[in-house]
Amino acid sequence: MASRDYMNRLPDTGSSLRRPESFSRRWHVDLPLLLLLMALAGVGLVVLYSAAGEEFHYVKRQAVFMGLAFIGMFIAAQIPLEFYRRWSPWFYLAGCCLLVAVLFVGVGAKGAQRWLQIGGFRFQPSEALKLAVPIAVAAYLHKRTLPPSFLTVLGALVIIAVPAVLIVRQPDLGTSILIAASGIFALYLSGLSWKMIGSAIVMGLLAAWPMWMWGLRDYQRQRILTLFNPDADRLGAGWNIFQSKAAIGSGGWSGKGYMQGTQSQLDFLPESHTDFIIAVLAEEWGMRGALILLALYLLIIARGIYISFMAQHVFGRLLAGSITLTFFVYVFVNIGMVTGLLPVVGVPLPLVSHGGTSVITLMAGFGILMAVSTERRRVLF
Amino acid sequence: MSENLHFKDHHSEQRLFRNRMLVAIFGVVALLSVLVARLYNLQVVNYEDYRTQSDQNRIQVRPVPPTRGLIYDRNGELLADNRPSYTLSIVRERVKDLDATLELLGQLVELDDSDVEKFKRRLPRRRPFEPVPLRYRLSEEEIARISVNEFHLLGVSVEAELVRYYPEKELFAHSVGYVGRINERELSSFSEEEVSRYRGTQSIGKVGLERSYEGVLLGEVGYENVETNARGRVLRVLERQDPKPGSELTLHLDTRLQQVATEALGDNRGAVVAIDVKTGGVLAFVSQPSFDPNLFVTGISFTDYSALRDSLDVPLFNRVVQGQYPPGSTLKPMMGLGGLADGVITAETQVADPGFFKLPNDSRIYRDWKRWGHGKHVDLIQGLAQSCDVYFWDMAHRWGIDGMHDIATRFGLGEKTGIDLPREYPGLFPSREWKRGARGVPWFPGDSLNAVLGQGFVLATPLQLAVMTATIANRGTHYRPQVVMAVDGIEQPPEVLQHVDARPEHWDLVFEGMEAVVYSTHGTGKRAGAGLDFKVAGKSGTAQVVGIAQGEKYDSEALKERHRDHALFVAFAPLDDPQIAVSVLVENGEGGGRVAAPVAREVFFDWMSRTYEDTARVDGWRPPMVSSAAGVQREAG
Repeated sequence: MASRDYMNRLPDTGSSLRRPESFSRRWHVDLPLLLLLMALAGVGLVVLYSAAGEEFHYVKRQAVFMGLAFIGMFIAAQIPLEFYRRWSPWFYLAGCCLLVAVLFVGVGAKGAQRWLQIGGFRFQPSEALKLAVPIAVAAYLHKRTLPPSFLTVLGALVIIAVPAVLIVRQPDLGTSILIAASGIFALYLSGLSWKMIGSAIVMGLLAAWPMWMWGLRDYQRQRILTLFNPDADRLGAGWNIFQSKAAIGSGGWSGKGYMQGTQSQLDFLPESHTDFIIAVLAEEWGMRGALILLALYLLIIARGIYISFMAQHVFGRLLAGSITLTFFVYVFVNIGMVTGLLPVVGVPLPLVSHGGTSVITLMAGFGILMAVSTERRRVLF
Repeated sequence: MSENLHFKDHHSEQRLFRNRMLVAIFGVVALLSVLVARLYNLQVVNYEDYRTQSDQNRIQVRPVPPTRGLIYDRNGELLADNRPSYTLSIVRERVKDLDATLELLGQLVELDDSDVEKFKRRLPRRRPFEPVPLRYRLSEEEIARISVNEFHLLGVSVEAELVRYYPEKELFAHSVGYVGRINERELSSFSEEEVSRYRGTQSIGKVGLERSYEGVLLGEVGYENVETNARGRVLRVLERQDPKPGSELTLHLDTRLQQVATEALGDNRGAVVAIDVKTGGVLAFVSQPSFDPNLFVTGISFTDYSALRDSLDVPLFNRVVQGQYPPGSTLKPMMGLGGLADGVITAETQVADPGFFKLPNDSRIYRDWKRWGHGKHVDLIQGLAQSCDVYFWDMAHRWGIDGMHDIATRFGLGEKTGIDLPREYPGLFPSREWKRGARGVPWFPGDSLNAVLGQGFVLATPLQLAVMTATIANRGTHYRPQVVMAVDGIEQPPEVLQHVDARPEHWDLVFEGMEAVVYSTHGTGKRAGAGLDFKVAGKSGTAQVVGIAQGEKYDSEALKERHRDHALFVAFAPLDDPQIAVSVLVENGEGGGRVAAPVAREVFFDWMSRTYEDTARVDGWRPPMVSSAAGVQREAG
């Protein structure tokens, strides 16, 4: 047990350095990633100012969160990967306990129970699981030989399923999907056999009918139906999607101009400063603006993939890959739902949507990514 | 060994990872392409569609109601005004708890059950973001109380609306009329064009000029393109086509003359009409009793309405154009002229009046109003002055109904005068054809005797009598009576309907006879000229009441009084250059000369004393002396 543990330990980091350290080396900062994230955060604040009806209050709040998030990222980058790996079971267990607590003593809004109230502070445990789950899965797989055996896969699936189910119960389908995705990405990247992936897809299709009948709530079914026929209930379930499509479509190629978006400025667009903020950008800045935003996301994802390629061991590799791909899922699900390709699930547009905790979690993830990226430089060989 | 294994694994794992990542990259690029394609589809391919949708979303065309044309009297005094009225409305969508809001409002403003009930009936018919009126005509204090509590009253709004106001209240209710809320029946009878003209307008002319001039008073609706938010709230006006305000009416009516005539009539039920002889313009139009037209503007309460409707005095009844009374002897001057013109009588014709008249081959005795008669040598002048019935019976017997019907028609009896007011009644002057058609019996000679005295079948409105008198004063020019003098400052030309041809000496005779009514020793209308410095010519009339013109209920107490004769008087002045013709009707007033003639006198006095400067300039007429007659104490000016 001890020897095996030793074997799976990350390579030691204590050795000497040949060159004088640069800032990014010394402080474990990945400069390209940092610059891209800062650019994205800047765009986010500018769009938010317009989306929030020129209320500086929102922008200020968000800027404060961004600042905290960048600090969080910086701290997360300083922590050695070994620490994450070792402590991953405890993070994970603590997270699950909090989720169970939410089910019993949580507070909520709009029919969902997602928060824990501790004094004057509200805390959403599912956010923590967004990091705890990929770390746990990556650490779990790190110890095993890869590609994973059937039993290993089963173990990983249990690790993924427990928090996912707890979060679906809140209910918060969006977060649940994102968390499940982060675990599954780690599993996939570890070399999950195509056979198993294929049979999982077949089983998923077979389970679709019972899921539809019993697994979903009425409003969730409604949202999916709306996707296929948005005009059926234009003032009800179809309203959001009708308005956001009108906003995006009417933006055209070059947009209506900053703060000139009639859909968003005149209150037609619901949730314009949170989940539907991309519609504000697409309306006011047009397709040009939307493409620039997508390009920024693509560059961030590319950098994340590069970091995962350069990672020197399984844990860092799987974790970096999982975080990067999950980040992409955020982007895709959000834009997909706002443009009417996917059902409406509450997924914010990363670093652009208003909202504190999601920004902090995301940036902490990027901090871990940076930790991975600078880890290799500590390695001798 | 384990180290070795680790290294080996490490490389194969890395290769495995890279393969997996490459597949994932492929997936990422594919899905990003889907998003780009979707954006392209929305923003480039279907750009026009979504742009239209987005514009329709926010731009609404709203009608802007025009302001209703004002109505002035001939001196520019305002008779119908538009005043802001504040309406309390509720936007359902923005109210969290409707009952609680209503209760709170009930503490702030006066709300009775019927307000709330009407509100609840309207509520489901409006869209959730449209304001639904709850209370009209808020007082200043109520507005203040609401604005202080605005913070608790989400979804409650106070909106200003221009509402008709009649500053003279009762005085012009029957001529100017009133507007009221457009009702279902009116709405359903609108043509498509009218529906669009009335978009945004709440009220419509119901009676009087408000109704007959509805077309010009209304104006043209304007439009504005407004930008709204998702809740339909107006944020900004993008484009506006101003409404065209309704035309202003200037009336021939004179507020002071109207006042004088009303006061002169006192508490009596009745009517006074004064007509400008030179134009047919209506100077005074009094129907007593009257009512406050302001009650009707935003909807009259049931109590108020039933009080008006059930009153024995029928204040809502327009006696001037709808009251059909037997005109009695007021027809005699016209009949005299007709007899002269048709050669039935001459200036020299004399009739012996023993107090009764008998048709040849008829045993029936027709008694004069004066039992012992008017003497042996009654001519036309005396016949008019003393209102000798026998003289006219004799003439009528020789003349026959055809000639009488002809002259009556030429003076406007038996048909609508064509005044610019709605719902006028035609009265009746019988003919052979009419009697056969309506009664199924032939004309009897006795019928002619009744007709010449304005009794029997004959019915006339006070307006018709005024028109008849003005036509006499004009020596035959029969103008259409008009209340409106100018529309938007453009004078409405007087309209001659027809001309009654008669030789000047015939007119002179009739004038002389009417003068004698007022000034001869036995004249029946002396009170019409008492103390005036100009000459008045007139004719009294007394009409037997069989039943009041409109068949309303009697109660036994009122019965006796209401069986008395109606008193009538028609007159014009001044005699040498007639300016103004008047007809007066006092219901159940008994003596025309005694009760009705003084009313005419007041009207003449007031009118002539004010216009003497003009008159003096035109034909050297001198100002009247200030009369000592009772009841004429008015401020100078």
